[in-house]
Amino acid sequence: MPENLTAPLVVEFPFTRSLGPVQSAFLTGLRERVVLGVRTRDGRVLVPPVEYDPVTADEIRDLVEVATTGTVTTWAWNPSPRPRQPLPRPFAWVLVRLDGADTALLHALDAPGADAVRTGMRVRIRWAARREGAITDIACFEAHDGPAGHRAAPHDGRFPDPVTSLTAPARLEYTYTPGRAQSRYLDGLARREILGERCPSCHKVYVPPRGACPTCGVATTEPAAPGPRGTVTTFCVVNIKAKGLDIDVPYVYAHIALDGADLALHARIGGIPYDRVRMGMRVEPVWTGDGRHPDHYRPTGEPDADYESYRRLL
Amino acid sequence: MTPPRDVAVVAYARTDHQGPAEGLSEAEALLPVLHDALAQAGLAPGEADFTCSGSSDYLAGRPFSFTLTLDAVGAWPPIAESHVEMDGAWALYEAWVKILTGRADTALVYAHGKPSAGDPRDVLTRTLDPYYVAPLWPEPASLAALQARALADAGHTGEPPGPTPGPPAVTDGAAAVVLAAGDAARRMCARPAWIRGADHRVEPHALGLRDLTDSPSTRLAAERAGAFRAPVDTAELHAPFAAQEAVLRRALRLDDTVTVNPSGDAAADPLMVTGLIRLGEAAARIHRGASDRALAHATSGPCLQHNLVAVLEGDA
Ligand SMILES: [Zn+2]
Repeated sequence: MPENLTAPLVVEFPFTRSLGPVQSAFLTGLRERVVLGVRTRDGRVLVPPVEYDPVTADEIRDLVEVATTGTVTTWAWNPSPRPRQPLPRPFAWVLVRLDGADTALLHALDAPGADAVRTGMRVRIRWAARREGAITDIACFEAHDGPAGHRAAPHDGRFPDPVTSLTAPARLEYTYTPGRAQSRYLDGLARREILGERCPSCHKVYVPPRGACPTCGVATTEPAAPGPRGTVTTFCVVNIKAKGLDIDVPYVYAHIALDGADLALHARIGGIPYDRVRMGMRVEPVWTGDGRHPDHYRPTGEPDADYESYRRLL
Repeated sequence: MTPPRDVAVVAYARTDHQGPAEGLSEAEALLPVLHDALAQAGLAPGEADFTCSGSSDYLAGRPFSFTLTLDAVGAWPPIAESHVEMDGAWALYEAWVKILTGRADTALVYAHGKPSAGDPRDVLTRTLDPYYVAPLWPEPASLAALQARALADAGHTGEPPGPTPGPPAVTDGAAAVVLAAGDAARRMCARPAWIRGADHRVEPHALGLRDLTDSPSTRLAAERAGAFRAPVDTAELHAPFAAQEAVLRRALRLDDTVTVNPSGDAAADPLMVTGLIRLGEAAARIHRGASDRALAHATSGPCLQHNLVAVLEGDA
């Protein structure tokens, strides 16, 4: 058995989201060190504000300004912060009900230790030095022993140059595991062998193998050695250069049915001008250097295969 | 409301190892589980009228990751198939509705999760409110600890929580059940676990808008599933963190006469599969004659955000 292959896989995506009128006012307000909430029809003040009443589903737009001081309603000590969390040292996650609000906001509380934190403690916002219209414009909360702040006061939500969208970058790191069948296949390729797997039920040979026969729904555990020669079943001419790929265009990318295989694989065709490639052309793999897979397939010079011989693999 | 058709869970299988599934693709890990469940029901791969699965691309780190597992179900020639980007309990709900509405008589439902591919502490933050919460990257255990503190402060649990516990052990795995209607169910299973009702409800998405010591959505789902019409003898609860069980017990009005989680602790089960396992274990207990009326619960999201309740019964 080959080793279980794994590979690092990093997924990064910067989601850009539009803000509605309420979220835009709230996040722009944070940039200006103003905290806005929204008042429901029954008079409750929701901070952070939402656009629809969670109970009645009414659209709510009645903005109010609340204080930058508040009370911890619950907390959890975080002894080992993860890299993108608000503070690089141990801190408390807190839900804080700001003075003038009826609901609580999640954020971090900077505190010397869990002993310094309790439900009901008074806190105030510590603003980030650089603010851009995001929840992280609040750097964190800190202990506050001053008086309670003001009651909610009406606010028109208008600021110069309002923030209307939010870009949320995310980066997640994974370890990809191709699995038993594909590990075996990739391991074979590195030794310049093409290994397929045969379905024990319908006897089709799959290359590359995926571990199961999609027709029979059973594991394809019997080894098979199709090819290495095969037939071009169909192809396309690639005219657009892919980013980071060192291949001159135009070139041909083809479906190739290896001899003895019941599924076509795909690969680049080389060693022949792109406009001479044709369906039925006989090809063989070309390995270069210490590559772990064929660099491309080239013509063998054999006569073209009869259409009927590969028709069912189109 | 009485369901228009009798629909039962007739088969259930799951992976039972703990920890990462070393060296297996999701389809490879799933295959023996599917075969086990299908064999119990006497179905061949591809034979169920409807197939529905639950999993998450974010856990796998690949777009459309569920399509790779379709090889394992015999999906060619094409089958009637659907997927939820959620725990498999919600796939079961979709399949149940499909059968209730007469669009299918049998269904294969499965779920798979490979959280060991990434770090769930980071991955699960991406399910949170993207405007106000996700930019802070709070991991699930921290959010659960806020809830545990609120419960202790309110006197619902004894000891106040200590520092945020480490992440639960990461287990990869899969589960599958077969659903069938009426006589088909009776043919496939000596004692089918009839789904008498099922419903799912969700809390407001902002944590600060919720009373974290209560779960109105669980209570409402239970009411709509008919859970309070008669006592249950068994409850399989999906509480990813220990203190949450207290919330569920109160919302579901479970007293000491009810056997809770006889199959073990849900926190040890694979992400995206746990809820389906709760449903499957409750059904299996009815199959074995160890329960006559069981409640199964599944949850999704931070601090019991979204809750599904089903009531299962065996024939006398
Ligand atoms: Zn086959």
